[in-house]
Amino acid sequence: MVEAAKKELVRELLALVGADGVLSQPEDLAMYEYDGSVEKARPDVVVFPLSTQHVSSIVRLALKHDVPIVGRGAGTGLSGGALARGGGIVIVFARMNKILEIDLENQRARVQPGVVNLDLTRAVESAGLYFAPDPSSQKACTIGGNVSENAGGPHTLAYGVTTNHITGLELVFPDGEIVRIGGKVSGAAGYDLCGLFVGSEGTLALVTEITARLSRKPEAVKTLLAIFETVDDATETVAEMTARAITPAACEMMDGLTLCAVEDYVHAGFPRDSAAVLLIEVEGLAEAVQAQAKAVEQICKKHDAREVRTAKDEKERELLWKGRKNAFGALGRLAPSNYVLDGVIPRSKLPKALQHISEIGKKYGFSIGNIFHAGDGNLHPLVLYDPRDREQFEGAMQASEEIIRYCVEIGGALTGEHGVGMEKSELMPLLFSDEDFALMRRIHDAFNPVGLLNPGKVFPLGKGCGETRIRPHEINAGAAT
Amino acid sequence: MKASNTIASSQLEQIAGRANVHPAPHECAKYAVDGMVPAAIVRPETAEQAAEIVRYAGTERLSLIPCGALTKLGVGMPASRYDIAMDLTRLNSVVHYDPDDLTLSVEAGMGLAKLGQILAKKNQFLPLMPPFFENCTVGGTIASGADSLLRPGYGTPRDFLIGAEFINGSGALNKSGGRVVKNVSGYDLHKLLIGSLGTLAVITRLNFRTFPLPEAKRGFLAAFDNEQEAVSLRQKIIASPLTPVVLEICSPEATRILFGTETPIASLLAGERSWHLFAGFEGTPEVCDRYARELQRLAQESGAHDALVLREAQYTGLAERMREAVPLLSRNSPQAVLFRFSGLPAETTTLLRALRSFVASSWIPSVQIVRGSSELCLALLPKGQEESLFKQVAYFWKSVESLRGKLDFRASILSCPSEWKTELRVWGADGPDLALMRRVKSSFDPHNLFAPGRFVGGI
Repeated sequence: MVEAAKKELVRELLALVGADGVLSQPEDLAMYEYDGSVEKARPDVVVFPLSTQHVSSIVRLALKHDVPIVGRGAGTGLSGGALARGGGIVIVFARMNKILEIDLENQRARVQPGVVNLDLTRAVESAGLYFAPDPSSQKACTIGGNVSENAGGPHTLAYGVTTNHITGLELVFPDGEIVRIGGKVSGAAGYDLCGLFVGSEGTLALVTEITARLSRKPEAVKTLLAIFETVDDATETVAEMTARAITPAACEMMDGLTLCAVEDYVHAGFPRDSAAVLLIEVEGLAEAVQAQAKAVEQICKKHDAREVRTAKDEKERELLWKGRKNAFGALGRLAPSNYVLDGVIPRSKLPKALQHISEIGKKYGFSIGNIFHAGDGNLHPLVLYDPRDREQFEGAMQASEEIIRYCVEIGGALTGEHGVGMEKSELMPLLFSDEDFALMRRIHDAFNPVGLLNPGKVFPLGKGCGETRIRPHEINAGAAT
Repeated sequence: MKASNTIASSQLEQIAGRANVHPAPHECAKYAVDGMVPAAIVRPETAEQAAEIVRYAGTERLSLIPCGALTKLGVGMPASRYDIAMDLTRLNSVVHYDPDDLTLSVEAGMGLAKLGQILAKKNQFLPLMPPFFENCTVGGTIASGADSLLRPGYGTPRDFLIGAEFINGSGALNKSGGRVVKNVSGYDLHKLLIGSLGTLAVITRLNFRTFPLPEAKRGFLAAFDNEQEAVSLRQKIIASPLTPVVLEICSPEATRILFGTETPIASLLAGERSWHLFAGFEGTPEVCDRYARELQRLAQESGAHDALVLREAQYTGLAERMREAVPLLSRNSPQAVLFRFSGLPAETTTLLRALRSFVASSWIPSVQIVRGSSELCLALLPKGQEESLFKQVAYFWKSVESLRGKLDFRASILSCPSEWKTELRVWGADGPDLALMRRVKSSFDPHNLFAPGRFVGGI
C-alpha cells in the first residue's frame, strides 16, 4: 500500500475499533505474516473487530481503499489460508470469542468465530455433549478457522468434518452486507448455502457467527495401541479394516521416526523400537465397543502386530492422544524445520502409497515422518529439512509436490483437511479442468466480485505467477540458530 | 421460447439418435410437470451427449428439465417454461465400485433398488430409503432432496455424497469432490446439487461412501394415548446413548391409512386411537438385545400402554410401509396436500399441537408423522370436492405463518393439486438468503435453462 493511503486507512480503523484494536507497526505485523504453513506474507494492517458491525464497517473501508481483506483465527492453518498474499488488511477474530448461546435441548451452540474449538466442548461437556471436529490444534484453533477451512481431525473418520456439524452462519460480504444463512433448524428447502460457504477458505464471505451442532458423547470408549514391526503390516491392517467395513471412531498411524520424537516429548509409553503404531479408538454402546475392539484386535494380530495394548484408564488414553496431537511439534526436535503435507488416497492403496513416499524421501535425501489419519486415507507426510539451506528448501518443496501429485495420480485428492490456500493453488489443475475453474470462478465472482476477500487463494494464479513460496534468505533472517 | 416440435426434435435426433428422441404428444404427456407438457423427450446415452443437448438448448434458449423415473415431478412450483424433458435413465451404470474402499461412483439414471442389489453382493448398501424406492433413480433422489427413512441413523446425502459430475447451464461437464472419503479441494459444489430440483445442473454421476450391511436389525413399536407421551419417548431416546437408525411417530389417523386394518402389520398395532412410535436399530445381536431392553424401559417410563420388539421381517415390512408414507398418503385423496416442517426437537409437541388445532377448525381430515428428531410431515386429506376446500387449505397455510416468531421452523408443501401451487406458494415465505441463492443459480445456469420457476423464490 502507498504510505499515505495506509496512514489514512489506519486512522479510520483506529476511529472504528479503538487504539487497542489496530496494529500497523512492522514489528507487530511480523507476528501475522505467517501461519502453520511454510508460506509467508505480511499484511499492511491488522485489525481486531469486536462485533459483526465492526467487520461490516472494516470491509466497507477496505472496499473504499481498494485493499484486500483476509480473515484470521488463531493462525494455526497449514495452507497459508490466513495470510495476506496480496497485503492489505488482516481481520483477526480474537476479540470476537464469545459463546453466544448454548441450547442443550436442541444440541446447538451459537458462537462467534474467535471461539477456540476445545472451549466449546469444555462449555458443554458437563451435559454429555461435545463439538465433534477435533483438529490436532484444537486447543488453539478457532471455530471460525475450522469453518473456513472445513477442518477435520482424528475423529472425523466416524463423525465427519466441520461441514457436517454446522447448521447456520452469519456472513459479511465484500460490500459490507450482513446475511444469515441456515440457523438452528437444518433441512430447510433451498440450496445448501452452508455447504458452499463452509470450506470456501474466506474467498466468498467473512464468517461472523456460527451455529454448530453438538454431538452426544458415546457411552463407552476403548483406545487401542497396536504396535508393528513394519510399516507395511500397519498399513495392511488399515486396508483390511476398511475392506471389512470396520469403522472405528479414529484410526491414526505414526511411524517409527515419529514415535521416538513423540515418546521423548510425552512419555506415553509409545515403543521406540517399532516401525509403526496404530492408535485406534472405538466408541458407542458398550456392547458394540466390545465387539468392534475384538474385531480390530484380530485384524491387527493377523497382520503380525507385536502387541495390541488397550488404554487401561482415561489418564492413559489422554496421554496417548496427547502424543498423537503433539506429534508435529515433537518432530520439531529432529530438524530445524518440517513441512506437513496433507493428501488423501483411496484407503486400499495405503500400503503402496507409504512405500512410494519413502522412496521419494530417499530420492531427495530427506527423512519423511508419517503421522496421519489412516482410517480415511488422509496422509500427513512430514518432510524434515533445514530451511536455511536453499538447496534443501527447494528439494523439500519438490519432494512434497511429488508426493501430492502421486496422491492425485492414484485416485486421491490434493487436500483432506488443511485446505488449498496458497500452498496448493497451483496444483489445483491436477484435479480440475478449465471448465471446472470457470464455474468455481463464477461462484467466486458472484459473492466476491472484485476479489477483495482473500485474493490469491484456492485458484491457480496462472503461468509464471506461481512462485510464491518464501525465499530461504527470508527465513534465514528470522530463524533461530 | 421455441414451440416448434420439429426444430427441437431434428436437432436432438442428431445428437442422441432418432430412437432416443420422442416428440409424440402421448409420450411427452408422461413427462408433464404440473400439466405442462414438453415439446420433446430426449434420452442421452452419455454425459457428453447430455452436455451437447444442453449446449443446443442454450443456443436456442430452450428450457430443460432433467428427469429420472418421473416419481417426483410433482415437487416444487410449476415451471415457467418447459421445452425439453431430458430423461437420464440410459445413464445407468456403476462407473467405479471399490468395495474395499467403501466408495462408489454411479451414473444418475441408475435405479436405487437395482443399486441396492449390486451393493448387497458385497454386503454393503447406500443408506437412502426415500419414497418410490422401487422405481426411483439415484440422481432423482439427490436432486429432489427426498427425505430418507434412515436419516436418524445415517444422516442426509450431504453426509455421504463425496463428489459429483454434472453439466452446468453453459453445457460444460463439471466435477466437484472426488472418490475419497475426505476432501477439501475446491468448493463443495456437489452439496449444492442436493435438493436443487434440477435447477442448477444436469447431474450425470454421483460418488458416495458406501456402508456395511448390518449384522442384525430389529424394530420397536410403542403405543401411546397422546402425542406428548410419544414425543417424550423420542426425546428420551435422543438423550440416551441409543442411536436408532429409524425413528418415527405416527398419529392415529396416519397409522390407519398406512397400515389399514387387515395387513399383517396391522395386527401388531395397538388400536386405532393410539399414537405409535416406531424405531429401527442395527448391530450385533448383543447390541440389538440392548436396544430392545432399553427401549422397553424408556417406553414404560414415558407412559406407553403397549410396547413390542419387532423381528427383522416385521421391522422390514413396517419400515417399507413408512418409507412409502408420502405416496400412500397422497393416494388417499385426489386433493391431498402434504406439508413438510423442519423444526427444533424441543418444540415438536408445541408445533404438532398448534398444527392439529389449525386442522381441527378446517374439518379436513389430517394425519401427521414426526420423522427423526426434527421433521414433521402433515397431510390434509379432503374427502370431497367442496368449493371451499382451497380456501380452507389456504387458511391453514396462512395459520402456519402465524406461528413464526413463536416457534423456530421451516415449512414447505411437498405436494398439492397443481392449480393451487401458484397461490399457495409451495416453498413458503422467502428467506433472507434468497438473494444469495439467486447468485448461485446464475453462476451455474446463466441463461436460466434448467427447470425455470420450479424452485424456491421463483428460481
